[in-house]
Amino acid sequence: MSQASSPSRGSVVTTIVRQPYIWAVVALVLLLVINLIKDPGYLGISVNSSTGNLSGNIIDILRASAPIMMIAIGMTLVIATRGIDLSVGSVMAVSGAVSMEFMSNSGDGSVGVAVTAAALALGVSALLGVINGVLVSVVGLQPFITTLVTMLAGRGLAKVITAGQNTSATNEPFRWIANGTVFGFPVVFVIGALIVAVVAVLVRRTALGLMIESIGINPKAARMAGIRPIGILIAVYIVSAVLAGIAGIFSTASVMTVEVAKTGLSSEMDAILAVVIGGTSLAGGKFSLTGSVIGALLIATLDKTIVFLSIPSSATPAFKAVVIVIICLLQSQRVRALFARRKAISTPTPPQSTPTRKETVSA
Amino acid sequence: MSTLIERPTAGPSNAAKPSLLSRLKPNLETLPTLAAVVIFVGMIIYGEIAYGRIVQANTISNLLINNAYLIILAVGLTFVILTGGVDLSVGAVIAISSLVGVMLANAGWNPAVVVVLMIAIGSAFGVASGILVQYFNVQPFIATLAMMFLARGLASMLSTTPERLADDSAIRSLSTEWKVIDGPKTNDLITTPNVLIAVLVVAVAFFVLHRTRLGRTVYAIGGSESSALLMGLPVVRTKLTVYVISGTLAGLAAVVYTSKLGIAQNITGVGWELDAIAAVIIGGTLLTGGAGFVLGSVVGALVLGLMNVLITRDGSIPPEATTIITGGILLVFVLLQRLVVSRRRKT
Repeated sequence: MSQASSPSRGSVVTTIVRQPYIWAVVALVLLLVINLIKDPGYLGISVNSSTGNLSGNIIDILRASAPIMMIAIGMTLVIATRGIDLSVGSVMAVSGAVSMEFMSNSGDGSVGVAVTAAALALGVSALLGVINGVLVSVVGLQPFITTLVTMLAGRGLAKVITAGQNTSATNEPFRWIANGTVFGFPVVFVIGALIVAVVAVLVRRTALGLMIESIGINPKAARMAGIRPIGILIAVYIVSAVLAGIAGIFSTASVMTVEVAKTGLSSEMDAILAVVIGGTSLAGGKFSLTGSVIGALLIATLDKTIVFLSIPSSATPAFKAVVIVIICLLQSQRVRALFARRKAISTPTPPQSTPTRKETVSA
Repeated sequence: MSTLIERPTAGPSNAAKPSLLSRLKPNLETLPTLAAVVIFVGMIIYGEIAYGRIVQANTISNLLINNAYLIILAVGLTFVILTGGVDLSVGAVIAISSLVGVMLANAGWNPAVVVVLMIAIGSAFGVASGILVQYFNVQPFIATLAMMFLARGLASMLSTTPERLADDSAIRSLSTEWKVIDGPKTNDLITTPNVLIAVLVVAVAFFVLHRTRLGRTVYAIGGSESSALLMGLPVVRTKLTVYVISGTLAGLAAVVYTSKLGIAQNITGVGWELDAIAAVIIGGTLLTGGAGFVLGSVVGALVLGLMNVLITRDGSIPPEATTIITGGILLVFVLLQRLVVSRRRKT
């Protein structure tokens, strides 16, 4: 996934980009080991002989990771352009609200209704993405505040759509998305993996990924090089919103209910966390989709582990905080080392890097 | 996050003398704040005409009493946002601080010690955010997000059920209602120690920001951090200080809120950081830092408070739409700021 910028510094760049998600993998293994200690049969996967479905904790983790994976992939692209999308959680709620409201009104549980509901939900999500994208690229607002506005307004919109009620619907095909299986694997995970693959091919087999990275690294230089930031920025925010819409469908379909105040609440934090764990810098530029997928898996595993160790699930944020702080500290020293090296190359005497390093030691 | 827009503005010409610039172009700098004042007055007039009983001592008193905590939070965030940072942890800090406070007070601790401890908890989280931001170069957004998660998680470990403060607790006396003017019927001008605390906080913050070295450094960092560093200003210390101020004021807001409501819970204060940020932005502080007024943030907090009053009075607007309206107002003000910034760049 990581592309060496120049052959001479290739190995350095590779290690720097690779290492963060090596840590994530280590953390993932560590969590699984903790679970194994508590229950030696934790990793067991059993096959239901009559239906051929796989079941087990690992399958549960895969199922739970699908929505996080969706929003994390979208967030990765947005963050790569130096942006941030705080609205994904609200978009999830809007998407869930649209689909549930449509299905509860249309009555019959046919495949057609399910497809229309999903299409409507994704359409509305895309619209929110367009709003974000236009405000950021054309109007030039900061991504943080733009998506904060859509986050506030989106949550309100979801409540208005369902008149403030938690809306339920019955539709078997729609429910199948979350609870069904394909070749024994959960449908959500299969769809999620397919979407990740499509996005990965789109950004890595075409110049799109490079353009996104160049906007994040230096918007001015990117513009000089003939890259039109407006189109790419809008596209990135639309992709993020549509993926959030899919995540919203995933998370509402499993219970066939949208809880307007709760669906997707603080999901944006999970997504940002997954991206950061995956080694993509919040300062934009180079991004790693693989890292974000691993990050999403790590978060899903963390959530499940906390429940498994019978710690109250409302305490989960504290553990996530510890993970963020550790990852940030690991990254910051690395960034600093890179900074010092660059500084040493460009100017003979690095006046600033030495005192800051001393401060780090003393702190 | 902010570098994209603000950097061209923060050229050498005006970054070196931001205070001079603000004096030369008062109209452009104060335009967002003025707009907030106009909207506030407009809302009062509209409310008075449409629903009545707005311009009266009772309503105004309640507006201040109910929003004292938000004013304190907004003041704290003004410092952080002026340096170009952001503090997302304030809502969660309120949760843990008030939960610890109520539990200790119920365990029989001295109320004065409890109050000091509650404020100290806020300061501790502020110190942690500040160290992460300043010494480890973590983005303010992500550092304070971590503190938000930590505070919320720790609060949930302490208790997930509402903890009620005993009614005779001395902490509750902070919300005793003093009648300043005894009006007809219930139309009294009331104040509480909480409101006085908020007023005091605003006054001190105003003094610090506009009359001290610390305040000027805060503006300078927001204008251009590298210029401030080159000028020999204590950037490191100041950036740490603003997070400590924000955390401490969040602790103080927890005291005010707890004394008013008498209940603390692990989900107290969810989303308040957004309310406080909205108040600061509406009040005319640039999110990119460097320009803004603490009094503007107070107006911003009151606009949000008054909006809630009007929506409740109106009754026809579904309460679900409140966040849409908040978002809409926020968007208008951000667009206004954008206009101001682009104008300033041209001149």
